[in-house]
Amino acid sequence: MTPTLQLFLFVSAALFCIGLLAALSRRHAIFILIGIEMMLAAANLNFVAFWRFSPQPQPPIGVMVAIFSIAIAAAEAAVGLALVIAIYRHYRTTNVDRLDQLKG
Amino acid sequence: MSWIVTSLWLIPAAPLAASLIILSLANSRRSAAAALAIIGQIAALTLSILAFLPTLQAPGYRSVHNFTWFTFGEQALRIGWVLDSLAAAMLVMIALVGLCIFVFSAGYMADDKNLTRFFAYLSFFSGAMLGVVIANSLLLLFVFWELVGLASYLLIGFWIHKPSAAAAAKKAFITTRIGDLGFFVGILWLYGGSGTLLFYDGGKGCLETAGLLGLGASATFVALLIFCGAVGKSGQFPLHIWLPDAMEGPTPVSALVHAATMVAAGVFLVARVYPLFSFGAIDGVTPSLVVVVSIGTITALMASLIALGQFDIKRILAYSTVSQLGLMMVSLGVGGVAAGMMHLIAHGFFKALLFLGAGSVIHGCHHEQDIRKMGGLRSLMPISFLTYAIGMMTLSGVPFFFSGGWTKEEILHATAHWHASHIPHYLMLAGVVLTALYMTRQMIYIFFGNRRAASENVHESPPIMTLPLIVLAICSIAFSVVLTPAWRWLHSYLTGEPAHFDIALLVQPMLFVSLALVAVGIGLGFVMYGKAGQLATGRVRPTGGQNRHRTAEMDPLERAQPALFHFLENKMWLDEIYDRTVVAWSRMAAHVSDWMDRHFWDGLVRGFAGLGQLFGIFSANFDERWINVRVDETMTGTRRLGRVMSAWHSGQIQTYLGMLAVGMLALLILYAWLA
Amino acid sequence: MAGMITALILIPLFGAFAVCVWPHTNARPIALIFNAITATLVFMLWRNFDATATGLQMVERHVWIPAIGAEYLVGIDGLSLLLVLLTSIIIPFAFLVQRMDRGFCALMLVTQSALYGTFTAQNFVLWFLFYEMSLIPAFLLIKIWGGENRDRAATKFFLYTFLGSVAMLLSFLGIYFAKGTFDFAQLAGLGKQGLLSGNVAWLAFAGIFLGLAVKVPLFPFHTWLPDAYETAPVGVSMVLTGVLSKMGVYGFVRLLLPLFPNEIKILAPWLLGLAVCSIVFASLAAWAQSDLKRMVAYLSINHLGYCMLGLFVITATTVRPAVEMQAALSGVFMQIFNHGITAAALFYYVGLLEQRRGLRGINDFGGLMQRTPLLCGWMSVAMFSSLGLPGLNGFIGEFLIFKGSFAIAASFTAVAVIGLLVTAIVFARAMQALFSGPLTESCSAFPDLGRTEKVVVVPVTLLMLAIGLAPQFVFNIINTTVIQMTRLLS
Repeated sequence: MTPTLQLFLFVSAALFCIGLLAALSRRHAIFILIGIEMMLAAANLNFVAFWRFSPQPQPPIGVMVAIFSIAIAAAEAAVGLALVIAIYRHYRTTNVDRLDQLKG
Repeated sequence: MSWIVTSLWLIPAAPLAASLIILSLANSRRSAAAALAIIGQIAALTLSILAFLPTLQAPGYRSVHNFTWFTFGEQALRIGWVLDSLAAAMLVMIALVGLCIFVFSAGYMADDKNLTRFFAYLSFFSGAMLGVVIANSLLLLFVFWELVGLASYLLIGFWIHKPSAAAAAKKAFITTRIGDLGFFVGILWLYGGSGTLLFYDGGKGCLETAGLLGLGASATFVALLIFCGAVGKSGQFPLHIWLPDAMEGPTPVSALVHAATMVAAGVFLVARVYPLFSFGAIDGVTPSLVVVVSIGTITALMASLIALGQFDIKRILAYSTVSQLGLMMVSLGVGGVAAGMMHLIAHGFFKALLFLGAGSVIHGCHHEQDIRKMGGLRSLMPISFLTYAIGMMTLSGVPFFFSGGWTKEEILHATAHWHASHIPHYLMLAGVVLTALYMTRQMIYIFFGNRRAASENVHESPPIMTLPLIVLAICSIAFSVVLTPAWRWLHSYLTGEPAHFDIALLVQPMLFVSLALVAVGIGLGFVMYGKAGQLATGRVRPTGGQNRHRTAEMDPLERAQPALFHFLENKMWLDEIYDRTVVAWSRMAAHVSDWMDRHFWDGLVRGFAGLGQLFGIFSANFDERWINVRVDETMTGTRRLGRVMSAWHSGQIQTYLGMLAVGMLALLILYAWLA
Repeated sequence: MAGMITALILIPLFGAFAVCVWPHTNARPIALIFNAITATLVFMLWRNFDATATGLQMVERHVWIPAIGAEYLVGIDGLSLLLVLLTSIIIPFAFLVQRMDRGFCALMLVTQSALYGTFTAQNFVLWFLFYEMSLIPAFLLIKIWGGENRDRAATKFFLYTFLGSVAMLLSFLGIYFAKGTFDFAQLAGLGKQGLLSGNVAWLAFAGIFLGLAVKVPLFPFHTWLPDAYETAPVGVSMVLTGVLSKMGVYGFVRLLLPLFPNEIKILAPWLLGLAVCSIVFASLAAWAQSDLKRMVAYLSINHLGYCMLGLFVITATTVRPAVEMQAALSGVFMQIFNHGITAAALFYYVGLLEQRRGLRGINDFGGLMQRTPLLCGWMSVAMFSSLGLPGLNGFIGEFLIFKGSFAIAASFTAVAVIGLLVTAIVFARAMQALFSGPLTESCSAFPDLGRTEKVVVVPVTLLMLAIGLAPQFVFNIINTTVIQMTRLLS
C-alpha cells in the first residue's frame, strides 16, 4: 500500500478529533492541555504531509515549519502548565468545571 | 377804568383769605374765628359797595379786566373779571346777606365744638360765591362754580358724625356734578367754537357779536349744555332732589348757600350768558329758551305742590326755594331777564330771612324741626314771629309793601307777554296761589294754635340772632322802593336804561290779579288749616309713619285727599324712582365693570397664560411620556439582550472550545456546500 | 453742563451700592442723602434748561455698539425734563412712607436710575435697556415685600409687561433692518412719509403698541395693574403709579405717535374707543371696589385713559387745528405730571391709613374726621385733586385734554366725560365711608399726622395748589416741546 495524502489526512483528522474530544471532555486541566497538544500534532502532521505531496517538494521547508511549530507548542505547553499550576495554587483545584470566573 | 375794576379780585380774596387764616387756627380759638370771618365779610361788603358806585354813573356801565392765566403751546388762556350792573347788584346782595348770616351764625353755632371749621367753610363759600359773580370768563366762572359746590358739600356735611348729613352731602355733590358735566361740555364746545371763553373782550368775547357769529347754530346746544349746569346747581327738575336733603346742614348754611346765594347761581349763570340763549331769537323765542321755560314751569309747580305735604320746617322752605328758582328760570326764559334777576335779589333777602327765622325757631325749640310739634310760638318768640311774617308775606307776593310782590308781578307781566305760549303764565298764576297756601299753612302750624310738644320752655333768641333778622326784614321791605313800576330803578339799572319816575304806572292791571291770587291763597290757607293749628298736644306720629288712626292729628289735606297727600309727602316718589332706576343701574354698571375686569378681561389674560401653560404641560408630557420612555425602553432592551448573551458565557473554557469546534465545523460545511 | 445727565443716572446706582455695603440700619438715610444729591442735580438741570430752545439739550453722545447702531445718546427736552422732575419728587416721598430694609432701598435706587435713564435716553437700544432695567427691581420689590398674593401678582406683572417688551423689541428690530437706525430723532423724521410699508408696518405697529399699551396700561391690557398695585408695598405702589406708568405714556409720545401717524389715523376710532373704555370702565370698576388701594389703582387707569385720549386725538383726523393739537398735547403732559403727584399722594394716604388700622377696606374705617381731622383734611385735598376740582392741579390737564379732544373727536370726548362723574362718585363714596358717621371702635386710637408725615403731606399739597392756581411754571417747561411736536405731527 503506497502512502497517499488521503491516508495522512485521515490519520491527522483522527488525531485532531481525539485531541478535541480530550480537550472537551476531560475535566482536568492537564488533560485538556494534552488534548490541545494532540491537536497541534495533528496540524503538524498535516503540514508535513502537504509538503511531502506538493508538486515540487523543496528539502527543508516543510520539516522546518513543523519543527518550528513543535517548538512553539513546547513553549505554549510550558506557559499552559505554569498557568495550571498558578490556578491550582490559587483555587486549590484543576477541575475546569469549577473555574468559571470568566462567566458573563 | 376805575381802580376798583382791576382790584375786583379783592372782593372774593378777602373772605378766602379769612378762610385760610381760620383753617390754620387752633380749634379752641372760637371767637377769633368768628371775628375773622365777619371782618372778611365786612371787607367784602365794603369793597362791593365801592364797586357798586361806579356802575351808577352811566346806564349800561360795563368794565372788564382781562389777563393771561397761562400759555399752552402758542395759545394764551385768558381770564378776567367784569364789573357791570348784574355783577354789582349780585355782589352787594351776596355780601350783605352773607354778613347778616355770618353774624347770625355766631349766635346759632355758639355751642358747636367745631365752630372754627364752620366759619372757615362759610368764609370759603362766600369768597367762591363772590368769585362766580365777578368772573368774566366762563372758565373762571366754572372754577368758582365748582369751589362753591365744594363749599356746599363741606357745609351740608358739616355735622359729619351724622350719617344722614354725610349722605346728603354726597347726594348734593354728585347730583350737581351731573349737571356740571353738561356745563363742562358746553364750555368745551363754546371754547372750540368761538375760540375764547371771555364773556366781554372789547368785541371779541364769546357773548359779543363776533363770538356768537362764530358759534352760529351750535349756540343752541352750547346754551342747553350750560343750562344743565344751572339745572343742577339751582335745583331744577329733574336734578332738584339734592336741595331738600341739603337741609341736613346747619340752618345758617341753608339760609346762605341753599336759599339766598349758591342755588341762585344757576339763574345768575343763565342771565350772564343770556346772549347765547337768545342768539337768533324770533320774537324772543329760541329752542333753548323754550327748554328753560318748560323746566322752570315744571319745577315751580312741582315744588310748590310738594311743599304742601311736608312737615319739616326747613324742607318746606327748601321746596319753596326750588319753586321760586323755577319761577326765576321761567322769567329768564320768557325774556324777563331783569325781572328774574330782581326776583333773585329780593329772594336772596327774604329767603335768607325766612331761613334765619326758621333757625331762630329751631334754636328756640331745642333743635326740633317738625312743625306739628310746634304751635303757638307767636307770643313766645315775638321778634321771630314778626320777621317771619314779613318774610312769609314777601314770599307769598303780597304787593305794595313787600319786595317779593313787585318782583313777582314783574315776572307775571313778562310771562303774559311771551309769544310762544300762555300756558306758563297761567301755571305761574296757580303757583302764586300755591305759594301763599303753603306759607300760610306753615305759619299756622308754627306760630298759631295751641302749644305742642316742642313749645315747652321756648325762649326768644339772643340779639345776635334777632338783629340779622330785623336787618333782613327791613331790607325785604325797603327793597321794594326800587322795584315798583312807578320807579323801576333796579329794572332800568339792570337793563341799562335810564330810569324815570311816574306815579301813574304804579297801579297796573296785573297788580289786582296778583293781589286777588294772594288773597285767595292766604284765605284758602286759613280755611283749610285754621283748625289744624289746634291740634291736640299729645304725641305726634313720626313723619311718614304708619299710625294713621288718629284722624285728629292728620293734616287737613291728608284727611281730604289721602292719596294725593301721600304722593306729595313722599316727594312724588322721585327719590325712590331714581334709586330704583338711575342709581341702581349705574351701581349695576359698576359691578358689571368690576366683574368683567376680574373675570372676562382678566380671564382672557389668564386664558392666554393658560394656553402657554397648556403648551408647557403638553411639551413636558411629550418629553416625559414619549422621548423619555423610548430612551428607557432602548436601555432595558439592551440590558435584557446582554443578560441573554451573558448566559452563554458560562465561564466554562470547554464550552467555549466546543463552540469553537462547532463553529469551525459549520464553516467547513458551509465551505464545502459553497464549493 | 456736560455729563450731568450721566451723573444723574449713575448716582442712584452708587447709592444702591452704598446702601448695600453700609450697615443696614442706615439704609434709608443713605438713600435719602443720595436722593438729595439727585434732587440738587435735577434742580440745576432745570435751571440750565433753555425753555425757548427747540430740540434736545445737554446732549451726550458716545459710540457704544456701532455694529447694531447702538449709541450712548442722552439728552432732554421739555417732556424729558418734566418726567425727570416728577421722578425726583415722587421717589423721596416713597422712601419716607414706610420702614424698609437694605435690599428694598437698593432696589428702589436701581429703579430710580432706570427711570432717569428711560426718560433721557434718545436711542432705542439704550432706552430699551433702561426700560427693562426698571422692570426687574419692581418685580422683586413686589415679589419679596408685597402683601397677600404677591407671588401671583408679581409674576403676572412681570410676564405681562415683559411679553409686551418682547413684542416691542421685535418690532424695533424690524424697523432697524429696514431703516438702519435706532435714533429717536431720525426715526421721527422718517415717520411722516410712512416708516415701513404694507403688512410689515402693521406688524411693527402692533408690536410697539402692545408693549406700550400694556405698560400704560390701556384697556383691555390693564388687568395686571390692580393686582400689582394692590399687593405692592405702599412706597412701590407710589413709584409704580407715579412714575413707572408714565414710561408707557412717554413711549407713546416719543415712539408711537411720530413713527406711525398714518396707522394711528386709520385706527383712530378704535384707539379712541379703547381710551374711552379705559376712562369709563376703570372708573366704574373703581366704584365697585371695597379695597382702597385697588380703588386708587383703578382710578389710575382712568386718569391715564385721559392721557391716551389726548394722545390719540392728535393724529386722529385729517383736519386738526394746531390750537387743538397743542391743547391736547399740553393737557397730556400736564396730566402726566399731575397724575403722578396726585395718585402717589393718594397711595401715600392709603398707606397711612393701613399703617394705623392694619386693614385697608373701605368699610374698615368710619368717622375719622372726628379723630384725625388733619389726615382727613389733607387727604381730601388729594382726592379732590384727583376728581378734577378746579383750583387744584388735576383740573388743568383734564381741561386741556378735553378741550383739544372735544374739538377733534367730540362724540368720544362726550362719552369720556362720564368718567369725571364716576370719579366724583367714587371719591364721594370713599369720603362718606372713611370720614363721616360715628367714629368706629377700631379707629378710636388713631394718631393724627405725625411730623414726618407732615413733611411729606404739606409740600405735595402746596404743589397741587400751586399748579392748580398758577400752572405757568410747568407750561414753561413743556411749551416749546409741545409746539415742536405738533409741528412734527401736523
